[in-house]
Amino acid sequence: MEIIRPEILSPDESDIIEGNIINTFISKCTDPIPDPDKWLDEEIRRNILLTTVDTAIAWARQRSIFPLMFGLACCAFEMIGMAASRFDASRFGMDIFRWSPRQADLMIVAGTLTWKMAPAVRMVYDQMPEPKWVIAMGACAISGGTFRESYSVVPGINRIIPVDVYVPGCPPRPEGLLYGVTRLHAKIIKGTIDNPNLSLK
Amino acid sequence: MPIKTEPFYLNIGPQHPSTHGVFRMRVMLDGEVVVDVEPVIGYLHRGIEKLAEGRTYTQNIIFTDRLDYLSSMTNNLAYCMAVEKLAGIKVPERAEYLRVIFAEVMRISSHLMAVGFFLNDLGAMMTPVLYMWREREKILDLFEMVSGQRLLYNYMRIGGLSQDVPAEFMPAMKKFIAEMPRYVDEYDQLLATNEILLARAKGVGILPRETAIDIGASGPVLRASGVKWDIRKMNPYSIYDRFDFEIPIGQNGDCYDRYWVRMQEIRQSIRIVEQALKQIPDTGPIRADVPLYIRPPKGEAYGYIEAPKGNLGFYIVSDGSIAPYRLHIYPPTLINITALRDMVKGWKVADLIIIFGSIDVVLGEIDR
Amino acid sequence: MTVAINETEIEKKLNEIFPGSVISSEKGSILVDKGSLLKVAEYLKNAPELAFDYLTFVTAVDYLDYFELVYRIVSLKYNHSLIVKTRCSDRENPTAPSLTPVWRAAYYQEREIYDLFGIRFEGHPELKRLLLWEGFKGHPLRRDYL
Repeated sequence: MEIIRPEILSPDESDIIEGNIINTFISKCTDPIPDPDKWLDEEIRRNILLTTVDTAIAWARQRSIFPLMFGLACCAFEMIGMAASRFDASRFGMDIFRWSPRQADLMIVAGTLTWKMAPAVRMVYDQMPEPKWVIAMGACAISGGTFRESYSVVPGINRIIPVDVYVPGCPPRPEGLLYGVTRLHAKIIKGTIDNPNLSLK
Repeated sequence: MPIKTEPFYLNIGPQHPSTHGVFRMRVMLDGEVVVDVEPVIGYLHRGIEKLAEGRTYTQNIIFTDRLDYLSSMTNNLAYCMAVEKLAGIKVPERAEYLRVIFAEVMRISSHLMAVGFFLNDLGAMMTPVLYMWREREKILDLFEMVSGQRLLYNYMRIGGLSQDVPAEFMPAMKKFIAEMPRYVDEYDQLLATNEILLARAKGVGILPRETAIDIGASGPVLRASGVKWDIRKMNPYSIYDRFDFEIPIGQNGDCYDRYWVRMQEIRQSIRIVEQALKQIPDTGPIRADVPLYIRPPKGEAYGYIEAPKGNLGFYIVSDGSIAPYRLHIYPPTLINITALRDMVKGWKVADLIIIFGSIDVVLGEIDR
Repeated sequence: MTVAINETEIEKKLNEIFPGSVISSEKGSILVDKGSLLKVAEYLKNAPELAFDYLTFVTAVDYLDYFELVYRIVSLKYNHSLIVKTRCSDRENPTAPSLTPVWRAAYYQEREIYDLFGIRFEGHPELKRLLLWEGFKGHPLRRDYL
């Protein structure tokens, strides 16, 4: 029987391949991805038969979000502070922070994103199952922050992944992040079964 | 029948629960035993040294906050000391005492975090972290009273502090220091002779004395290996020569010694703050008289302090204008990581995680 | 107190043992010729009355005509310190000897200087980019990088 082995790369070769991926990211991601903002439109047309079922399922999705811990820099400690016992996030249903993207549905990106880290963020976002939402926390994630003119900082994570809620601050207080989560709840309740993200499809 | 084996490469990637930030390790395994480890860093490189050449000396203080974001008062202190050495500015008395008080309370908070996350890596999930977080919230309340911010303070200025402390700060500080030793006793009672901690951390990841000096380690990592070197005693800066405190030294250089040195340093910091609160003058200027745009004379200076993680230094070259010509940051944790390869050979993957956790890294400082 | 050692005495002693190695000296620092840097470093580490066994920082500064490398060494036994500097004048392919065989503290710092300035260190065990990715064009911390 023939055993098929995958190719094993040495560390130097894998460095070169990753460098090429990062350079293609820099040349492709020049415009921000447009926000999914159809929820601003109050008149959402729903199918008459499924209205109550839609609301019930959207309510269940909204009250039991599993967040993914994606803390990159200083804002991560305010995110952990939100999960700790003083500003409790458990009372909003966000009890345990999942570490694996396959088990989570909310990704809170907290901290500065650099071009070297961008392929990893895209890979983690692609691994999350639908429906999924993204919160950009802190000035560095929204637009690059104080480090915007640097040669190695992505000016805002919406060049790489689409974002639903922006929470400003440097770092935002835990109460600010909880307010961002309640705005996300207001957005989720307007979703339907077949289009939970209210995206622009 | 001889069985052929191959080494197995495992990638502990940038997004991982136990890496304390975006740190990546390529581990070469022989079964479960670690043969070699190669750290890969640079996932948080923001180019602070280049950005600092385009901003004035006072505007660079916000960058120093974001280096070691768990102890930003000490970073501010090191940078301000370097510029004051270069420009020849003298800091008034009351500002010196307040700086020492803030630096030592910051040391307590940073060591609590380090110990809490070390125990998290051992497997005690979030319980020690939440206990230590209870004290840290009290410290953050004190700092919010003074500077308005919880995490990145931007409070020290060149020549002193930015504003004086409000009237309710001193009674709150005295109350906190009076009740802190009781909490440290509570942690010792739960942890110091805990069977699991002793079995998993004693004798694991030994860093011998000669290796520690050769790689240039500093801070609790160096002191746990038996070298008596603390900048506050060997080359006192600010007013540290007026206080009476001790330096804890470890014996073996394993993970348990690094944990023990940090707990003892919390007690010594409480001692220093008690003495400072007795000696501080009640009134006085908070900041020396400096112009809005500081123009130091041409030259260079190196200002360094004993930060909670080690020996943090700033090397500044000035050419007489309002912005520095070159600012170099010497991070203690980048140098401590050099020892990782030696300490890990022959242990298993679970021990690799604890050894890395006991060095206590913060990625903002390694990558700058 | 960590005393900065008297630099004129060190200059005289080093010029007796390795003639022509030390070019000049100013407050607290000596300027060493690039070719004899490795010999001077080994002597400073092994001489019993100096015993400089601890290297703190290694950095480079770009003055537009030349690059200047700065090293600071400390003796833990006698509690004195010294700053050693050298210069490389080539702008296209600057090189310098590596001090990693003498003090291992220079391992990551020399890799970082190669990454950000472009100075190659001869004798370094593994010289490749540290903070930026493979395929990044240029060296950002030079004064003429935009």
